[in-house]
Amino acid sequence: MASSRPSDAIDQDPAEERTAETRVAENPKLGPIGFARFLWRTLTSMRTALVLLLLLALAAVPGSLVPQRSSDPNGVFQYAARDPEGFKILDALGLFSTFSTPWFSAIYLLLFVSLIGCIIPRTKHHFDALRARPPKTPARLARLVGFTSVDNPVDAETAVTSARQVLRSQGYRVERYGDSISAERGYLRETGNLIFHTALVGVLAAVGLGGAFGFTGQRLLVEGEPFTNVLADYDSFTGGSAIDPDTSLQPFSLRLDSFDPEYEQDPTTLAWHPLDYDANMSVRTAGGDWTPATIKINSPLEIGGAQVYLLGNGFAPIVTVRDPDGLEVFHGAVPFIGLDANLWSQGVIKVPDGLSDQLGFSGFFYPDAIASTSGALASYSPLLTDNARLTLQVYRGDLGLADGSGGNVYSLDTTDMEQLTTREEALVLAVGDTLDLPGGMGTIELEGVAEYVGLDIHHDPAQTWVLGFALAAVFGLLTSLFIPRRRMWIKVVDGTIEYAGLARGEDPALAGAVADLARAHREALERRMPS
Amino acid sequence: MTPETLAAWSLLGTYSATAVYVIAFIVFVLDLAKRSADAAPVARTAVAAEASGSSAVLVEAPPAPPSVATPTRNARVALALTVVGLVVHVAAIVLRGIAAERVPWANMFEFALTGTGIMVAVFVVANLWKDVRFLGVYVTGLAALLLSLATINFYDAVGLVPLPPPLQSAWLGIHVLVAILATGFFSLGAGLSAVQLIQNRREAGKLPRLRFMTTVPSAENLERLAYRVNVIGFMLWTFTLIFGAIWAERAWGRYWGWDTKEVWTFVIWVVFAGYIHARATRGWRGNRSAILALVGFAAVLFNFTVVNLFFSGLHAYSGL
Repeated sequence: MASSRPSDAIDQDPAEERTAETRVAENPKLGPIGFARFLWRTLTSMRTALVLLLLLALAAVPGSLVPQRSSDPNGVFQYAARDPEGFKILDALGLFSTFSTPWFSAIYLLLFVSLIGCIIPRTKHHFDALRARPPKTPARLARLVGFTSVDNPVDAETAVTSARQVLRSQGYRVERYGDSISAERGYLRETGNLIFHTALVGVLAAVGLGGAFGFTGQRLLVEGEPFTNVLADYDSFTGGSAIDPDTSLQPFSLRLDSFDPEYEQDPTTLAWHPLDYDANMSVRTAGGDWTPATIKINSPLEIGGAQVYLLGNGFAPIVTVRDPDGLEVFHGAVPFIGLDANLWSQGVIKVPDGLSDQLGFSGFFYPDAIASTSGALASYSPLLTDNARLTLQVYRGDLGLADGSGGNVYSLDTTDMEQLTTREEALVLAVGDTLDLPGGMGTIELEGVAEYVGLDIHHDPAQTWVLGFALAAVFGLLTSLFIPRRRMWIKVVDGTIEYAGLARGEDPALAGAVADLARAHREALERRMPS
Repeated sequence: MTPETLAAWSLLGTYSATAVYVIAFIVFVLDLAKRSADAAPVARTAVAAEASGSSAVLVEAPPAPPSVATPTRNARVALALTVVGLVVHVAAIVLRGIAAERVPWANMFEFALTGTGIMVAVFVVANLWKDVRFLGVYVTGLAALLLSLATINFYDAVGLVPLPPPLQSAWLGIHVLVAILATGFFSLGAGLSAVQLIQNRREAGKLPRLRFMTTVPSAENLERLAYRVNVIGFMLWTFTLIFGAIWAERAWGRYWGWDTKEVWTFVIWVVFAGYIHARATRGWRGNRSAILALVGFAAVLFNFTVVNLFFSGLHAYSGL
């Protein structure tokens, strides 16, 4: 970024840097202001910016080597369990949230300060250049790029007037100096350069604002169950620092009417491949009626200033637990989390009240169960069939709800619990089955199976700004890399006409452009000449 | 024809293209060897003239002319072979796409198949613009190697499976194609930068035995060529990043989430941004910027291989 001076300014660069260095060398005793100036110059120098840029690349690498809390919280959890000692060290360094650590932030903030420190003086400089006339024609053109000298077939005045017209028609800004025309074009190169770097600042600012004024939340929604956009209805919710989730959420409701997955079986491997997931929803905004809407992967739903994404799906067995008297103590659809492509799923059911003890069930759901020769179950397909089975182990004791250790609805903390069923005695239920619980504690019934979807709900007011700045950056980059900034001179000297150019930055086509200019000028002169 | 037949033909084309690239590689090597012999040092010519007993005034052999403008016969043959290989290669890519009824870059094998094809195509097209046949050894060698590795390691695992829902998007065509194109340009740029480093050492008086290097452009010209190729790669990579972010927003619900692939896309972008700035920074032109270009390309390769195979993340579409 460093922007200050990419390729364009290369000719002036070394000189400027050198003066800066000598000045420092001559004044070993810097006052506080001098020192601040020195720091500022160092920070905004191209070399510092380059080093910061490379540091930024290097600093990002750990973010891909260890799981990140932001993108893979489960991975972080597993890492901690696998290697608690190493985890402590890496966590102290912040490696599990690399991109929000002080050291990573320090690098990119310094880089952007350096960038801004470059953009501002350079914009001023460019603004002056835009209003300035092309510079004086050098005394000797012979040492410049593409130098060409031809006989002048007309008088000097005609040649110069015509030269002016030809250069102007080629988009040059021109100025006459004696019997010569000085011309310059490609100011857009520097404009583009400044746009690119300013747009990067814009991207950073928009990302920051989006984070502060946006939110992201997750909700696992079972068929038929309504969701309302209030904080309490989210399974998890992360709001920006500048919003109050109690007042900022726009009212809308969602309901999953049905979930239609489509699969295809590979005839050779027998594996099932998903072709399509359709979540058929009903949605309602404040004061409106329920209207149908479909969410697919790659096709989120826009509602109430937020986007709703379909990110997962699975089955939720509908289970009823009754006490020995037949009184219902638990009833609900319990989402099980898919473990493989055929939606072999794992889940837990917690029954805290109503029985002699707290009960916990932990087990698996197979939408299309088949038994292997050993008797172990597997799911043959991800389709819900009559072969659907729910297998459960039963635990009795303290679910840990009081002290919060059992708060996770997807895992059962069995430290204070007693297992009532052995592996062989696990309860196996088909839809419609009712089985007795061990020890005459009551019964459990599998009433049916509902489908559920995992929804992500996002609101990022600055998202379009990020895109806008990114596109501006691309425009700036294209113009700054591919539009040549060049100076051209046409000079009439004693019966000859001289042509030459000077590149300002990368300009491989300059010599050709000078030759083209000489040709165009000659043709223009020939047209003028009386035949 | 059934998709399976088409896929079989595609595989046959892949084998054939690999074989042709290997032959082209050998001829390119012969070309470099011949260039070395032709660029024999002055001294030997002089000795030969003396040994022949000629009493004529010893005419000093002219310094090896920069024969860049006139490619040798071997170089022309090798390039022609490369074009033949490329035609077969493109046919294999197209057949693969028809067989799978989608773009032929939806898993690692297909990415390697199409990616090497684009790399060779960029090389062939670059030759219309500048004579870069001296990179033939590198390009055909790399293409043959990558195609073999991909066919051996990645092919069996991938059938013609339908696209999973997250990949069912027009962005698959755009985002991945642009990434492959960028990779093609970066690979060519890396070749130029590597030759630049060698040339630089030779120009400094080291490596006197690499005589064919006298037939290759100067280090400064190589740097300029590498820069122009890498800048196009950088532009394409910028588009890869932005298109990827737009797609990620549609498919995953956020435009940027530091997924492992996103991290590496970012790292590569920053390294090449550094490369471009290095060219405008005193003390960073020449070798240092060339090394940055090589580091960038190494990151591209790392991103495609190690990140796909060993890192977990949302971009888990290698088909393995």
